[in-house]
Amino acid sequence: MPENTSTPVLPETDAANGAPTGAPARADLRPENIQDAVIRLAGNSQDGIQTAGAFLARLAGRSDHDVMTYMTIPATISGGPSIFQVRIGSGEVLSAGDEADFLVAFYQHSYQDHIDFLREGGVLLYDSDNVEPNLDDKRFVYVGVPITGLTVEALGGTAKDKGKNIFVLGLISKIFNLDAEKLKKLITEKFAGKDESIVNTALMAFQAGYAYPVGKVLTHHYQFEKIERTGGRAQITMDGNQALAYGLIAAGVRYGAGYPITPWSSVMETLRRELPKYGGIFVQAEDELGAVSLALGFSYSGYLAVTGSAGPGISLKAEAVGWASMAEIPLIVCNIQRGGPSTGLPTNVEQSDLHQAIYGSHGDSPRVVLAAASVEDCFYIAIEAARIARKYSTPVFILSDTSLATRIEAFDEPDLSKLMVDPKPDLTPREGGFKPYDLERITQHIPPGTRILDGKYPLIGGLEHDEMGHPTGSPKLHMAMTAKRRNKLRKLAEEIPVPEVYGDQEGDTLLVGWGSTYGPIHDAVKMGREHGEQMGALHLRHVHPLPNGLEKIFAKYKRIVTVEMNDQGVYGFGQLATILRARYCEPKIQSVTKTDGLTFRVKEILQGVFPGKFVSVRGYSPNRPVSGNGEQDVDVARAESIAQGVG
Amino acid sequence: MANKMSMLPAPNLSPKELGKYELRISDCRLQILGSARVSRVIFGVPPKNSLSAIKFFMSEITTTAPPPTIEIPSREKLTKKAITADHPTWCPGCGDFAVLASFYKVLEKRQLDHEKIVTLAGIGCSSRFPYFVNGHGAHYIHGRAVPLASGISLARPDLHVFLFGGDGDGFSIGGNHLDHGARKNINMTYFIMDNFVYGLTKKQTSPTSPIGFKSKTDPQGAIDQPVNPMKKLIAGGATFIARTHATQVKHMMEMIERAFDHQGFSVIECLSECVEFFPDVFDPADPKKGGSFEVIQEKKWDNTPEDELRHDVTDELAAYKLAQLPFPGVFGVFYQSDRPTKNALEKKWIDNTREKTGGASDLELLQKTFDRMK
Repeated sequence: MPENTSTPVLPETDAANGAPTGAPARADLRPENIQDAVIRLAGNSQDGIQTAGAFLARLAGRSDHDVMTYMTIPATISGGPSIFQVRIGSGEVLSAGDEADFLVAFYQHSYQDHIDFLREGGVLLYDSDNVEPNLDDKRFVYVGVPITGLTVEALGGTAKDKGKNIFVLGLISKIFNLDAEKLKKLITEKFAGKDESIVNTALMAFQAGYAYPVGKVLTHHYQFEKIERTGGRAQITMDGNQALAYGLIAAGVRYGAGYPITPWSSVMETLRRELPKYGGIFVQAEDELGAVSLALGFSYSGYLAVTGSAGPGISLKAEAVGWASMAEIPLIVCNIQRGGPSTGLPTNVEQSDLHQAIYGSHGDSPRVVLAAASVEDCFYIAIEAARIARKYSTPVFILSDTSLATRIEAFDEPDLSKLMVDPKPDLTPREGGFKPYDLERITQHIPPGTRILDGKYPLIGGLEHDEMGHPTGSPKLHMAMTAKRRNKLRKLAEEIPVPEVYGDQEGDTLLVGWGSTYGPIHDAVKMGREHGEQMGALHLRHVHPLPNGLEKIFAKYKRIVTVEMNDQGVYGFGQLATILRARYCEPKIQSVTKTDGLTFRVKEILQGVFPGKFVSVRGYSPNRPVSGNGEQDVDVARAESIAQGVG
Repeated sequence: MANKMSMLPAPNLSPKELGKYELRISDCRLQILGSARVSRVIFGVPPKNSLSAIKFFMSEITTTAPPPTIEIPSREKLTKKAITADHPTWCPGCGDFAVLASFYKVLEKRQLDHEKIVTLAGIGCSSRFPYFVNGHGAHYIHGRAVPLASGISLARPDLHVFLFGGDGDGFSIGGNHLDHGARKNINMTYFIMDNFVYGLTKKQTSPTSPIGFKSKTDPQGAIDQPVNPMKKLIAGGATFIARTHATQVKHMMEMIERAFDHQGFSVIECLSECVEFFPDVFDPADPKKGGSFEVIQEKKWDNTPEDELRHDVTDELAAYKLAQLPFPGVFGVFYQSDRPTKNALEKKWIDNTREKTGGASDLELLQKTFDRMK
């Protein structure tokens, strides 16, 4: 360690003290105003690139930029190639970006694997100690910096490459003229509570990166356009699993149980840590069956509870969820979907559990299924799921997925004073003649501890029962009770708002999506319309039951195409398309599906929806005019294979 | 608000149903007669003078709003009649009838609040139990009743959680849950009616069927080593482990009461004969049928030479040795320990955490978290 351990001084004090988004006069780099930038950091998972990327995301959130991140993590326990992509925008950011404007390559494999994601004219920033790029390829701007050497030099010692991530963060903040003071504050906050020397080391690494004379190799720096926010609320930055966990807390969920599985685990970790503050308990159960049963015990006791998992665990919970449907006990079940079947692709994204969520128990066991559209929506959908579960005394699935779980977005801070729900059970004594399964109305579960004044207590069970809960084999009662459980969902369908269509309100093509495809689908509509296509997008948050009135929207378009990350199946349609076709008997409903374990790129959607078109588009980049250059530089075979998904 | 009084969890602020509402706040007692309605309750230190204290609270009570229509009757004595529900569906002569009768008797003796009794079960003949008890209860899925009961026990310390089941439910399909309920020491009373056979599905081999038992799934006689319930429970970490016999009603009641009084995961294995599919199997432990019912003599710690020979229920290895005895073995408490329950440990964590937050409201807590994410 160098002797000087005090906080290093910024070499360019004007930048340090300047206004957050003002452009200080700098001789070394010419400013270029941009609205949007996609920065991809590619390295190995132990390099801390997620940490560096998260700093950028949080800074963008604090600076009122819209931000979205995308990351891949290897399924191996430690190490392996990994990326973190941050898209920062001055306008609305809906997808993580098809192409990077700026690629940081830590290793040769990072360069080789990701150079194709860099747009023409984009900047490759590489560690010249580890990477030898093909400088003859004139499509890109090359910026070689001896990142490893300089980090070791700055921090002293050979700390096994630690600190490279923060060094790069310093470099990036210089190039993009980011607010260094805010970043240093974020770094200090992040490492606060740890050894002071760690904070100092991190700040030194940042400083070394920031001070690097990048002007020698780069002719201009970038400047995000200043944003004037009209809304009053500050932005908060978090990932989808955090948003889901805090949404559940706001919804008055105080108890839950789970079993670790990727990518659900971080929800249960957050709840295990946070719930005791609110007087609640989250139990790590012995298995998935125990987890759902504990959650049902909590719910039965009067506290609406949550359990969750990814597909494999949801399969194990299926019997108990059927019991909840039969016994009419409220429950929230989160499925953070990953690639299936079986162990499948544990760290990739897929939307192949929709049918499992809707139908995944034996017998007719109706349950509600909601799907979060974005990180922000993970928060609000938890509140809605809890409201529905309580009102209809039924299990409610929340579908999220790997991409929502791991990506970080900035969004307007929710107004908690209007949203917080009181978790206390209602133990008001009930009058005599109380029927737990009254056929005349939607019944709510009465928790134990409630006095029933005529002394006749309800028995809740999985056997078919009469209105008092007694077992019955009566065919008439089984039909009546099956209808009672199903009609709750029909009643709910009446109160679900019909979603608004984005883009053209009528015409050629309506894209229909559910879950995390919200952003790419909307960007596809934006781009398609810029190319003269007449198209709109409809996004379903309520997947089961569907809201009433969709048929009126569908009637206005020539084609309805669902966009889904699942297989087209034996009959050629994605899982949502299959349901929509069954519901509306409408042959014009088709689907674009894919199962590569990656989020949809905007051009993939357009190529799939419009076979033969958009093949020359290299990708959706907000910084570039959208017209193609006539050269077919995409993998045509790949585009065709996607297009085959159109049924 | 008055009819919501029972929702308030503070122990010194609960309704006593004496034909009228009674609001008690620390040392100040205030009775609201007739149709008064409490519109708001102020938590805080009441004035010391009791008359001014009444005025203080009266200011928070209005009589303008309509009163709740429900009249809360006074609590009646808990009788066998009050807790009896459907007539059991068991075969005549089934050992489970005696278990049900003993359970009624214990409830009558203990005079628990009726609404706080919760009976739970999984699937099996004996798991029909909750249908025959008039009280809050649930009939759950096969083998998973332990975690269901765990959720209820952890969230609602005011309830009395009784769990009933059989050998298939507890030792086979639910075997893993039994181990982990025991390990976590979750407070509940779990009564396992062990008949060594699957009765509901008409005579298949159970996890406790002895080697050689001929069933529909073992026509040549069972070949798999049966589970030893006592050994399994000791190894699992249950903190109250007892064994009894359905024909020995007095002993059975004593075991139920001791299990109920124990704080923690209390399990009783009760030999309960299936007259239909495995008759007479427990006769060796029934004195009326020529057997002998040998009861464990527990240490009295009286420093007598006889006491040396008696069983120390806190000695795990001694309990394991008792469990090794050949069928029909011995009956009584094998093992008991005062290891802290998960209920207590979770509560301790909650209390410590709540103390650190300085009594912040849920809204303030979540807002603080969000402020850190800006």
